Amino acid sequence: MEASDERIGEVIEASTGGFSAQCYQLYKLPALGELVKCRYQDVDILAVTCNGSTSSLEPGRRPIARGYEEASEEDLYNNNPQLNQLLRSEFSTIVVGFKRGESFYHYLPPQPVRLHSFVYRCSPDEVISFGESMEFLMLLSGVQCEVPIEELIAACLRVMGAFHSPESDFNMRAGRKLAEIYSGDYQRLRAILARLK
Amino acid sequence: MDSYAHKKLGIVIAGSLNQGIQARLDNDVSVEEITVGNLVTIQGKSRRFFGMINDISLAVTDAGILQSPSTADDPFISGILSGTATYGTMQVVPYLTLGSDESLLEGPQPVKSIPSHFSPVMLANEADIELVFGRESKENFSIGNPLDMEVKLCLDLPEFVRRSNGVFGKSGTGKTFLTRLLLAGILQSGAAVNLVFDMHSEYGWKGTREKAGPVKGLKQLFSSKVSVFTLDEQNSLDRGVSTDFVVNIGYDEIKPEDITLLRQTLNLTDQAVSATYQLQKRYGNRWIEETMQLEDEEESSEVLRSLNIHEATFDNLKRGLRNICNLPFTSPQVKERAVDKVLEYLENGKHVVLEFGRFRDITAYILVANLLTRRIYERYQYKTERAMAEDRPQPKPLVITIEEAHKFLNPAVASQTIFGTIAREMRKYNATLLVIDQRPSGIDEEVMSQLGTKITCLLDSERDIDSVLAGMSGKSALKSVLAKLASRQQALIFGHAVPMPVAFRPRDYGTPESYKELSSPQIDLGTDNLEDLW
Repeated sequence: MEASDERIGEVIEASTGGFSAQCYQLYKLPALGELVKCRYQDVDILAVTCNGSTSSLEPGRRPIARGYEEASEEDLYNNNPQLNQLLRSEFSTIVVGFKRGESFYHYLPPQPVRLHSFVYRCSPDEVISFGESMEFLMLLSGVQCEVPIEELIAACLRVMGAFHSPESDFNMRAGRKLAEIYSGDYQRLRAILARLK
Repeated sequence: MDSYAHKKLGIVIAGSLNQGIQARLDNDVSVEEITVGNLVTIQGKSRRFFGMINDISLAVTDAGILQSPSTADDPFISGILSGTATYGTMQVVPYLTLGSDESLLEGPQPVKSIPSHFSPVMLANEADIELVFGRESKENFSIGNPLDMEVKLCLDLPEFVRRSNGVFGKSGTGKTFLTRLLLAGILQSGAAVNLVFDMHSEYGWKGTREKAGPVKGLKQLFSSKVSVFTLDEQNSLDRGVSTDFVVNIGYDEIKPEDITLLRQTLNLTDQAVSATYQLQKRYGNRWIEETMQLEDEEESSEVLRSLNIHEATFDNLKRGLRNICNLPFTSPQVKERAVDKVLEYLENGKHVVLEFGRFRDITAYILVANLLTRRIYERYQYKTERAMAEDRPQPKPLVITIEEAHKFLNPAVASQTIFGTIAREMRKYNATLLVIDQRPSGIDEEVMSQLGTKITCLLDSERDIDSVLAGMSGKSALKSVLAKLASRQQALIFGHAVPMPVAFRPRDYGTPESYKELSSPQIDLGTDNLEDLW
């Protein structure tokens, strides 16, 4: 873990295939498809953000509308500072590989992360290095999650693609891998490719 | 480019020995780069296979792609799909295999197995072609290049002349060109002596090329080895050809067998043909002369009655014989017999080209070719049998070239003519045929099946293709290659003298360099010659 890495949250639920984390700051969620990491022992477990949500701290207590007399949403939050404490932003992730030393592995790590592990954003270098192999798409394509899988894959590739130069063959390599994975499901393949633009 | 590097085309994904092997093209190989007829090698786990591409097809992993063809408009999507979800496959027929150390010594062997899944399929390179077809040498004559390759494709001429062979193709596809090349090869290597019945005066002195100037004939290239005989002295003189002998045929040389062959062209009835045998029995060798002199009605009716020949039949026969007698090169008697002269030249190792000059009608061609060949057959049979009995070297192989072969070898007459016999059994007596024809379906099936090596230019009639490929294993595979040949300067060779079928572009003939290469003897540094020295 580098000192420069940006810490964004903490794991509150963990399994081998994925984990959920709470953001330290309300609404400071990583983008859909963004690559995040957690350290466990000597490995950095890498995961793709698959769903973000904000809800009441207490499950039985529903938020109520407060802004009738406020001029803007910002004013609402400024005039009700307790909201930052009563609400929480969470995101769930899908584990797509891990990094040990300088090497990246595109399959599941041996152990899940611990609860309360810190969650960091991956650095651009890590995103680029991880994207050299497209094997993680196989993992990603096989999971069940809250958002449609084609949305998730397309979002992940868009986010990762942003770290690559326009001349790079990242999208082409990803597309060809997807064409392999979805060789029998052209409609889904096309839906993903259409979302890459 | 390193000429010995292999270009990988794809991998084996399915196949059987009978149906051929299916290979999937690699992503970076465009289906448009592949041509039917290309030679490939497949590297199996323990052996290498040589084969020929005979079909190319497009495939998709999901039929849904075909229902959204609008995808093709998007270069990004179509770029991703090509080679992954949409890809090309090719069908390869394996012919030869090279495996363990033993077969390395013996060379490639006929294929009895197929490569395993995912074996890489590569375009054959120069080294492969040399390994399979041999390197150019005195006996290995280069006939051209395999399609899309620069390496020389060689033909084992001694093996070639051991059996009767055929050159086929539609009119104007280059049969004459190929034949000239083959004859030049035989001349250059000395593998056999040639007797060419040159119907259109194409081989002897000067030949023609479509859309190009004249080309040199065999006499111009190998003046000391070739002699030109002519039936039409005047025509030869007009064309400035120096001839060695003017052929005249005496009536007494013509036998009823010759008339049998001419039945169709002379429009004779079956009865008229059988009457010739009776007339010959009565008059001996002078039967034509005597028959033609039967003018007096009384005399002729007496003869006819005694021979039991109907008058109408006799008239029919006489009209036919008159056609023969009207040929300017026939006369009741000749001083020097052409047969003897031809044999004398052939025995001295000289190649004979018989030009027909203006007598291009089929009657003259069939008559002369059959008559001469029959005598030559007898002589060769006699000589070979004597040589075998006395344990002497056998006579030098003789290759007789005939054009319009279906006239001699059609099912109706093949069993009766000398050419049918030669095609079937003369191999034993060192005489073989080189038949040239544009309608192979007209040739008797039995004769076709006995032809050792067949070289065929483009054929488009289904019947002709079937007849050329009859008896070949993997016939359907070759059919697609044959039907896709270019209409000029491309041919397919298969059979006895080549280890596997191959489509090729015949070598150059007609440029000063080509003449030089053909007429100069090959410098052979191969091991064969070293062995000969010992």
